[in-house]
Amino acid sequence: MPLNLTVSPDFAPDHISGWFYFNTYLQRKLGIPIHLELYDSFAKQREDIRNGKVDLIYANPYDASMLVREMGFKALTRPMQKTDETVIAVSAQSSVNSVEELQPGAILATTDDPDVHTMGMIMLEPADLDESNIQLKTLKNYVLVAKSLLKGEADVGFFLKQGYDELSTLIRSEMKVLVSSQIGVIHHVLLAGPAFAQYQEALTSALLTMSEDPKGRSVLQNMGLVGWEEMSEEDSEFMIDLIDTLID
Amino acid sequence: MSEEKNDNLREELIRYYDGAERVAKIVDEEVPYPDGKLIVSRTDVKGFITHVNQAFVDMSGYTREELIGANHNILRHPDMPAIAFKGLWDTVEKGEKWQGFVKNLRKDGTYYWVKATVIPNIRNGQLLGYTSVRRKPSRSKIRESEALYATLM
Ligand SMILES: Cc1cc2nc3c(=O)[nH]c(=O)nc-3n(C[C@H](O)[C@H](O)[C@H](O)COP(=O)(O)O)c2cc1C
Repeated sequence: MPLNLTVSPDFAPDHISGWFYFNTYLQRKLGIPIHLELYDSFAKQREDIRNGKVDLIYANPYDASMLVREMGFKALTRPMQKTDETVIAVSAQSSVNSVEELQPGAILATTDDPDVHTMGMIMLEPADLDESNIQLKTLKNYVLVAKSLLKGEADVGFFLKQGYDELSTLIRSEMKVLVSSQIGVIHHVLLAGPAFAQYQEALTSALLTMSEDPKGRSVLQNMGLVGWEEMSEEDSEFMIDLIDTLID
Repeated sequence: MSEEKNDNLREELIRYYDGAERVAKIVDEEVPYPDGKLIVSRTDVKGFITHVNQAFVDMSGYTREELIGANHNILRHPDMPAIAFKGLWDTVEKGEKWQGFVKNLRKDGTYYWVKATVIPNIRNGQLLGYTSVRRKPSRSKIRESEALYATLM
């Protein structure tokens, strides 16, 4: 039975091939078969995690708590220079210029990205908005969030900052950013499950040297990453504690 | 400090839970919570600060060196009722999450309001300390808290 690798469903579509190259790269380095399974929904992925069908995962920070504290996963590495930040934007035509001006009943365009949605909701609290007094529209991706703002189908939208920055200049010029988070300590993390224990050391060293090897560098580039940084157990526990304070 | 601030300056005695006291300078002027940021600190099991992020340093007005090792009550504002912190400690000592609105005192005597969440840090079943993460509160929650805390003094 090959071990199973999966990726947080919020990966950018442009990077799908990068994750397949990454899988090939790891199999060569470790000399074991690994199967890559991609998901288009967090719910389905979580169900498979709970059923023990995942051994290695590039996880959304929001899911790290369940993986580490309930499923016995261990954080190995984090992507270098890459933290998850959230942008709240409105249409450039909107009369709203700050979060505090948003009103109950507002239509919110969001995605199922759990960390971005959680941070976004926290940044709406200064306006006394929560899920009980706004209308949620959960969309497939950030392009659709932007479109619903431009078409006037939503009053406010949540974006992963990177997703926002990757929108075309034209689309961005039609929007106005109300707030952009500067958390700095919430990020994705590569976690290995119990079945990976015997390969953990080899895997970590393969990851940490990836950016030094031309093949590894090209794989990283295709994944939209510059390299990996080691994460200690306390680093991951700290991030999980922090996220726990943000979840009700 | 500007002339104007000096006009508002007064001194007030703060009595801490353990019987300690200090005279703090108080300036009735609010410093707005920075948009998009979380203010983070950690303490040991007794409430002595072990970690602060940059937003914490910036908002408190103290240097990182002054904060690490200090009792977290360094931020205690005299307008905060003791019972609010008793609630905090009773909750986290039971291993549960505490959430509340807190008026914090800066080194320069001005203040800032936060919505704070405090959780215990459990490692291998052992309590290591506590983490607090603050976010921006709404004006209505600040007004409610001011009214409530005034009745609890
Ligand atoms: C993790 C953590 C964070 C805290 N943060 C604050 C804070 O920001 N401001 C504050 O006044 N008290 C804070 N407290 C509570 C203080 O420890 C203290 O109880 C409070 O300032 C009242 O002082 P006293 O208990 O010495 O009377 C925090 C406690 C913990 C465990």
